[in-house]
Amino acid sequence: MTRYLLSRRQALAGAAGLGVTVEMLGSSAWAAGDRDLARRKLVVIVARGGLDGLSLTPPVGDANYAALRGAIALPGFGEPGGALKLDGTFGLHPAMVATYALALKGQVRIAPAIATPDRERSHFEAQDVLESGAPVVYGASSGWLNRALEAMAPGRSIRAISIGPTAPLILRGKIEAASWSPGGRPQIDTRLPGILQDLYADDPLLGPALASGMATQDMAKVANQDVSAGPVMAETMTSGAMDRQVEAGGAALAPALRQGLPQARKLGATLAAFMTQPDGKQVAAVSMDNFDTHANQGAAQGQLATRLAYVDAFIDGFATELGPAWSDTVVVMATEFGRTAHVNGTRGTDHGTASTALVLGGAIRRGGIIGDWPTLRANALYENRDTAPTLDMRGLFKGVLHDHLGVDRGMLDSLVFPDSAMIAPLTNLIA
Amino acid sequence: MSLAPDHASAIAVNRLGLGARPGDLREAQSDPRGYLLEQIRTSGADQPQINPPTSQQRLSELTEYRQEKRDAKADGDPKSDPVKMAARMLRQDTGADFLARLNLGATTPAGFRERWAIFWANHFTVSANKLATATLVGPFEQEAIRPRVFGRFEDLLIASSSHPAMLLYLDQAQSFGPSSILASRALGKLSGSRGLNENLAREIMELHSVGVDAGYSQTDVTEFAKAMTGWSIGGPRESPDRQGRFVFRPFGHEPGLRAVMGRRYGMGGFDQAKTIMGDLAANPHTARHLARKIAVHFVSDAPPPSLVDKLARAYQDSEGQLGEVARTLVGAPETWDTTGEKFKTPYEFLVSSWRATSTRPSDIASVAPLLNSMGQKPFSAPSPKGWPEDAAVWCAPDAVVKRMTWSEGFAATAIGDRDPTILANEALGARLTPKVRLAIARAETRAEGLSILLMSPEFQRR
Repeated sequence: MTRYLLSRRQALAGAAGLGVTVEMLGSSAWAAGDRDLARRKLVVIVARGGLDGLSLTPPVGDANYAALRGAIALPGFGEPGGALKLDGTFGLHPAMVATYALALKGQVRIAPAIATPDRERSHFEAQDVLESGAPVVYGASSGWLNRALEAMAPGRSIRAISIGPTAPLILRGKIEAASWSPGGRPQIDTRLPGILQDLYADDPLLGPALASGMATQDMAKVANQDVSAGPVMAETMTSGAMDRQVEAGGAALAPALRQGLPQARKLGATLAAFMTQPDGKQVAAVSMDNFDTHANQGAAQGQLATRLAYVDAFIDGFATELGPAWSDTVVVMATEFGRTAHVNGTRGTDHGTASTALVLGGAIRRGGIIGDWPTLRANALYENRDTAPTLDMRGLFKGVLHDHLGVDRGMLDSLVFPDSAMIAPLTNLIA
Repeated sequence: MSLAPDHASAIAVNRLGLGARPGDLREAQSDPRGYLLEQIRTSGADQPQINPPTSQQRLSELTEYRQEKRDAKADGDPKSDPVKMAARMLRQDTGADFLARLNLGATTPAGFRERWAIFWANHFTVSANKLATATLVGPFEQEAIRPRVFGRFEDLLIASSSHPAMLLYLDQAQSFGPSSILASRALGKLSGSRGLNENLAREIMELHSVGVDAGYSQTDVTEFAKAMTGWSIGGPRESPDRQGRFVFRPFGHEPGLRAVMGRRYGMGGFDQAKTIMGDLAANPHTARHLARKIAVHFVSDAPPPSLVDKLARAYQDSEGQLGEVARTLVGAPETWDTTGEKFKTPYEFLVSSWRATSTRPSDIASVAPLLNSMGQKPFSAPSPKGWPEDAAVWCAPDAVVKRMTWSEGFAATAIGDRDPTILANEALGARLTPKVRLAIARAETRAEGLSILLMSPEFQRR
């Protein structure tokens, strides 16, 4: 609470310095809108390694899907281990039970043929383009999510955090962002942070990093206290979701899939606690790794299913812990590229082009798939091998930033996504 | 060299090496360049262990472990002791490999040689992220990388690309030509289980050799992948001299001529891919790609172009002799020009902390979670690209807090009755700033003084 007052005082003092009176700040119309915007939350999950969209949201209703996919094709709706039905064509992977429960409430949308502007099928180039937001590889050394904060910064100071020990490109840039990962907390009552802060006064990297890290540690203590009741709620929600899944005709999850799930749920709940505290974070970036399934990727069970169950548990923990704040929240999950439409020679898939992005949250508008489905007909595949992209990833990100966080269109076209005026923000995503 | 000798010795030992042990700076002072040059040797890098279990032994243990696990499952007893024991054994081997590498780093007088070896191990990343490769990273470095780091790049490339660890990590071992005899035999009974996998071929081009900007196409990748079919590992039912070793399977090799990056390659089984690798190694794009990576790792996240030019020229003039490239790096004025631009990775930070205090890690069980929490899990780079170099990645808020927390605990046990000011002089030499010296002198305890040294901006960078 003190922190909130302090920052508010500082804001007012700053405004006074610019000749703006306190009365104007308190009474103007934009302040009301700003209060609304101040509740909005955005989480971007970067799925690294090239997430197979055709498994995340299998188009089991596409006439060519089963034949192309062979041993790794997911069974149809209602079959054992089958896809969880979203519409006549698309399902959700059967490991995504909690996400499916949200989908049944109209809180999940899918963009099944989306891609960055990069076409090189290199993980590192494609991740660079995905996170930098530049039209070409290595076109920017900061991330688009950070520049979105920069675009809002003149009027609104938005706090952001990345989950993980290292800083992902998407949130690197001029605006300082916190980072946090589970593990060792510093001792309290030590002089060292203060001494180091002095030594770091002129250091452009270490100074801000230590200050931010210590502040986040303080928040984490509170967050972890708040989370203590979380797992019970999460458990209730999951079992509910699983019941619904059984109703929908899917099989119950194999025990192996549940490994590591409590940790994933806890991580999601902790992030939620960071975001719901007074003066909490409004924007977060999360990395999920190990989606590079070249061999034995599995179908309803297996390597990829285990990873998706982890993502699902994270989302479950996050959504549950957010409570009412979920209705102000949007989560976008995107990957650097999809994978080949054909199963390869080692029961996996190689680097492809378009994949699926998930958009979920209580703040999104109910609706069908985002973008066109090019189908998996042989002549519709990109370079005879991949799902063809019909949607530029930047359009999706711009739509969310514009309608959910109120980022100005001009800023989106230039600062946030350089040279992208021809890519219009997607509309009708946000309720 | 225009720098004062004491400054140059700090660069030689801290930036190009793994950090100063007490006495190292004095040792390097009279001739910092010579101090580094004499660490270059044709026999390669030091080995962390004498005769550790080989790749073959590890692979056969892994096969047994998997068999036992299957048997245990069939018996309906998932907690069978032999399985647990085998799993523990596999973990222990990996832990021993990594601990030995840390200890070599903490104690070696030839820090530049060891940094050079770790650079190449990272260039040819095999990650323990996969169960199949978890126990093979140590043997991979020991068998394929370390003996060749000052030799011809082509030899290193071929050794890496044919080592079982790499063949498993990037899915090459199971890649077979779609028109090969093996694939046509398999058709029907195992349809879809034997075919092309282009993972290793792509990463060799993109990461290991010419680099992503070399102008190759998807067709080049597929062609190279076809040429590589048949590069595999001897299975458990083959003769003992083939088990767990590199084998070429002619029946799995895609027949026919191949064209890669504008050159044609005749039929020739194993030699087809080997010849392509030779051409990739000799490609000027490879010279530039490697030169830039070396400059970024050793000198600066944004290295001077003139340094990259020099390294690339040395590579081409010597036909890829890495010892010559290392000598050029040491000789280039740019290497000595600027100070403290590289932010240490967690691994470098810990190793240099042990060196500065003449201590060493004794227990993998405490080091592994520590590195994990700082974002650098042992032997487990997040992708084939290896660990990143950028300061912005490693100097994240959470990571700095974790470094600080560790420093406090470590300093309390490591300092003993030593004077932290003396340790600071020995570790940083001319790079110790008055501000840090004063802060250490004012510390309440010796341990606090040491934590300040380890967390000082000059020690966090190299």
